[in-house]
Amino acid sequence: MIAVPFDHHAPTTLAEAVALLARSPDAKVLAGGHSLIPLMKLGLAQPATLIDLWRIAALRGITRDRGGVTIGALTIHQAIADDEGCRSALGGLAEAAAAVGDLQVRARGTIGGSLAHADPASDEQAAVLAFDATLRLVGPQGERLIPAREFFRGPFDTALTPSEILAEVRLAPPGARSGSAYEKFAHPASGFAVVGVAAAVTLAEDGTVERVAIGVTGAAESPFRAAAAEKALVDSKGDAAAIAAAAGKAADGMTALSDLVASSEFRRHLVTVYARRALERALTAARM
Amino acid sequence: MTVATATYVGTSVPRKEDRRLITGTGTYTDDVVVTGMVHAQFVRSPHAHARIIRIDTAAAKRAPGVVAVLTGAEAAGTGTLPLFVKVPGIKQSKHFPLAADKARYAGDAVAVVVAESRAAAKAAAALVDVAYEPLPAVVDAEQALAEGAPVVHEEFGTNLAWTYPFKAGDIDKAFGEADVVVRQRIVNQRLIPNAIEPRSVVAKVDGGDLTLWSTTQIPHFVQLFVAINLGVPQNRVRVIAPEVGGGFGSKLNVYAEELVVPFLAKMIGRPVKWTEERREGYLATTHGRDMVHEAEIAAKRDGTVLGLRVRTVANMGGYLQAFAPVSATILHVFIIPGAYRLPAFDCEVRGAYTNTTPIDAYRGAGRPEAALLIERMMDRLADEIGMDPAELRRRNFVPADAFPYTTVSTLVYDSGNYEPALDRALELADYSGFAARRDEAKRRGRLRGIGLASYVEICGLAPSKANAALGVGWGGYESARIRVNPLGTVQVWTGTSPHGQGHETSWSQIVADQLGLRPDDVQVLHGDTLESPGMGVGTFGSRSLAVGGIAVHKATQRVREKVIQLAAHLLEASVDDIVFEGGKLFVKGVPERSKAFAEVVFQLYLAANLPDGMEPGLEAIVYHDPENFTYPFGTHVCEVEIDPEVGAVEIVRYSAVDDCGVQINPMIVEGQLHGGIAQAIGQALFEVAVYDANGQLLSGSMMDYHVPTAADVPTFDLGHTVTPSPVNPLGVKGIGEAGTIGATPTVVNAVVDALSPLGVKHLDMPLTAERIWRAVQQAGR
Amino acid sequence: MERRISIAVNGDAQALEVEPSLLLVELLRETLRLTGTHVGCDTSQCGSCTVLLDGRAVKSCTVLAVQADGAQVTTIEGLAADGQLHPVQRAFHEQHGLQCGFCTPGLILTTVDFLAREPDPSEKEIRRAIKGNLCRCTGYQNIVRAIDAAATQARGGARQAEVRQ
Repeated sequence: MIAVPFDHHAPTTLAEAVALLARSPDAKVLAGGHSLIPLMKLGLAQPATLIDLWRIAALRGITRDRGGVTIGALTIHQAIADDEGCRSALGGLAEAAAAVGDLQVRARGTIGGSLAHADPASDEQAAVLAFDATLRLVGPQGERLIPAREFFRGPFDTALTPSEILAEVRLAPPGARSGSAYEKFAHPASGFAVVGVAAAVTLAEDGTVERVAIGVTGAAESPFRAAAAEKALVDSKGDAAAIAAAAGKAADGMTALSDLVASSEFRRHLVTVYARRALERALTAARM
Repeated sequence: MTVATATYVGTSVPRKEDRRLITGTGTYTDDVVVTGMVHAQFVRSPHAHARIIRIDTAAAKRAPGVVAVLTGAEAAGTGTLPLFVKVPGIKQSKHFPLAADKARYAGDAVAVVVAESRAAAKAAAALVDVAYEPLPAVVDAEQALAEGAPVVHEEFGTNLAWTYPFKAGDIDKAFGEADVVVRQRIVNQRLIPNAIEPRSVVAKVDGGDLTLWSTTQIPHFVQLFVAINLGVPQNRVRVIAPEVGGGFGSKLNVYAEELVVPFLAKMIGRPVKWTEERREGYLATTHGRDMVHEAEIAAKRDGTVLGLRVRTVANMGGYLQAFAPVSATILHVFIIPGAYRLPAFDCEVRGAYTNTTPIDAYRGAGRPEAALLIERMMDRLADEIGMDPAELRRRNFVPADAFPYTTVSTLVYDSGNYEPALDRALELADYSGFAARRDEAKRRGRLRGIGLASYVEICGLAPSKANAALGVGWGGYESARIRVNPLGTVQVWTGTSPHGQGHETSWSQIVADQLGLRPDDVQVLHGDTLESPGMGVGTFGSRSLAVGGIAVHKATQRVREKVIQLAAHLLEASVDDIVFEGGKLFVKGVPERSKAFAEVVFQLYLAANLPDGMEPGLEAIVYHDPENFTYPFGTHVCEVEIDPEVGAVEIVRYSAVDDCGVQINPMIVEGQLHGGIAQAIGQALFEVAVYDANGQLLSGSMMDYHVPTAADVPTFDLGHTVTPSPVNPLGVKGIGEAGTIGATPTVVNAVVDALSPLGVKHLDMPLTAERIWRAVQQAGR
Repeated sequence: MERRISIAVNGDAQALEVEPSLLLVELLRETLRLTGTHVGCDTSQCGSCTVLLDGRAVKSCTVLAVQADGAQVTTIEGLAADGQLHPVQRAFHEQHGLQCGFCTPGLILTTVDFLAREPDPSEKEIRRAIKGNLCRCTGYQNIVRAIDAAATQARGGARQAEVRQ
């Protein structure tokens, strides 16, 4: 039950949605609703107006062009998990999408909603970071493109201004000799990530690690890139010792969360373990 | 025409209940809508312990849609909540449905708002302004008993609600003669039952008649206390437990809401509904377990157990809820000896008030606690003397020729044959092949462990005299009423109140066999005090079949005998010469001299040709009082693999052999075991209700409290042995809780075994990843 | 501020005026009196409220009624066609995949969606697919068995159809 009444608009174009949002200062943007509606039921969010994007067909679906892959904000998690192109070229993202919640949540929850909500423990943000995705934000002043690394500001806080809408996620699939993976220690009850690590690697022709990116979710107040670990692995041979050494640095500099499931000490440990596991699978994939 | 003699008892007859449940046409309490119905919302204390200084309801009363607001001070007419068991010397607090002086746990109801809609009631409830004076809280039972702890009920000057000592045999001699003494502290953590259907109550007053729909396992007790507390004549109170969506003990109570909602309906003259929200239920519906044991076992080096000493502290929560002391006393203390000959036993349980949600029965209620205790101690002992845990158990089993066996705790085990169940379980589990599997796992970096537990359960609750002797304030019988209609179909009213157990199917199998009918010819009705016999005790404690099923059986026998008597009269034969088979009654050796069952029944209603003294009609009411408890038993074996790097446990194999005596419907028996084992896995690995020091429930929603999912449990391999009970005519025992009782220690034993190469001797539940990881870390240091 | 929506529930198209704050499950249970859809929690965990929304299993406690404007909704009441149980319903009955029945409608509808997209699932896939449906009675074993049986039966049916063509 949602105790506090609100107004509801269901525009069919993004421009219309942006205009509505500009006019309604206490509005919240609704995508699949799987972050916002639970909060409204708990009384933790009480927007006066909902701008419901569900009917904006242009925001739904996965498209490809020379620039890469564009995932509309309204694309449901299951569609990403099932998409052959994502599974082959952006495996870490497809795996993260498949790791979200449960079958019903994946059938309704969207990548845009999840990223914009910025729950510190949601899955896809780790992959979006690891693939250096670009997010297209649209507001009354027009649109801007922002790198994923600049998008996440804090728990439930992003670079979106109150009048902006996240329209799509753009990814440039890495080229040959690349691989990625998402490894997750799930909260046993909620299904959210206690620790989730997305790793994406590209090898040089000689087999050394040319590029590596490690996105971590669940462990700290915001998702982050494990910079020290990345630095340790790049230019290495990517062998077991190098992976272990790099993964050991994955929690460097982070302030770990603590809760009933995992203390901060355990979380830090999990970050290093899941970083190693994600890197191992990413490198195996890159070598195939 | 020949009619085959069908035997339904012992076969997996598909359930009669299913059709309405799989098509969405069953009616649960929250589905009930009555014209003019209004909605109640309770105002609950946010503080675990606080004096109520003042409640201002003015703003709430003015809120849109509000019909009434009631505070504890205004609710004297709801009486107090009942306690069904009286331990000598018990300090029983007055438990008001709405607290007026103090809130004693976070969630204690202090007021209630009634409004035209649920949303309006909820909005108005937020406007009830309660001035609290927060007091220091105590949540841990041991701390509650320590000097200087905040006192939950000031009138007692202590949190010690009761002490229950039990001593038999020469305990000092046992420990004096022991080669080995093993001591272990064991924590049996607090659980939240989590029936998937939240509690709900609907009350309707029509003139002097009060109808109550409630999510309850015990509708007759609810009727009794609604009548007593609200001053409504009992014959004008009708309580209906419609479809009930699971209980596991959490609906085995007379709850505050079951008194306040009908009180409100009377007060305002309109039907009232209340349905709990899940997070509300986590506070307001009873929790389970929460005991701490200090145990010592004394034994000879050859494994012969000599004695057991146990000191238990049981957390009762803020009040003593209806059956709470039973779980911690009778069912816990008396069954601790389990499957073993135990010469000396010294046990003392202390019950403590704390500022937490009251504890009461949760699946197994005292028996999973007892089984965990004895089966952990047996494993600790086996480890100490270097003996195989299965062998240690075998050496101490009560032997098959010793039944009926009187235990050191004075119970008389009806029947048992423990070794075959152990043997078969070990065989199912390929126990002898385990070492190879452990080595193979080790090569993969996994720690593999195997654990087993042999349990004995006490059920068939209960002989009424035993209840009285043990301080339970009500008989343990069960009732049944059978009516054979003039056209030969049958209706049965049972005093049991199933909420998933399939009594409609099982009871109709029992009846069908006796009357030569098909189960579909028998309609089983339950959960409605209007038509059932005067008193039904209800469904809990694995009692339904061994008590309620027997009542049905006996009632059926009575009508069967009457039919045979009339058949003898009609066929001009002696009663002893009448054969009743395949729906026909005929004279022995002369099958053509016969009457169909329906024909004889019809004559009973036609009443023109009855023998002298025979009354027309065909009905019977039976109150069956069992002569003894029943004692199911079995052995479970669990195999786990641990990822030592992160502490994750995977159950890779689970085998169990249970003996519940004669099975009426093996499919239902298996289903009960599956569910019971899954709940035990939940306790062993995942579940725990956590409070902070101020008494706030941290695991306060389904996002925090881990109810096992399908991905958390394996497929269970089940076998069974059949040792009939001699204490009832069907030879049945009970199966509702066996899975939980057997599996909880089994899973823990397996995990500890996996970690034993690291020197781990014991870990407390739940065996979460972090807890195991820490144990591994510690061992590595 | 009520909104006018059109929604087809179990094939029955209707126009309704609803408050934006009304949840789909409330529309079904309270407005349309389709009480086979249950509510077991308040945090989108238990899955008792699962219905098919345009063919996909969703938790109707986490969908606004206005979001279902223009959609086809199937609830447990609409699954049996012409009094014939849906094969998944039948499998739950035959395999004893339910006890108290409270979680059952949600589990059946999740299964219908799942099997439509994964006709030949492994046990592990079945267990993962129903993670969002909590059952406290059955230990899931017979539910998994029922889903497997329904899948097997559906595949058998499909093969026979091919043979006939």
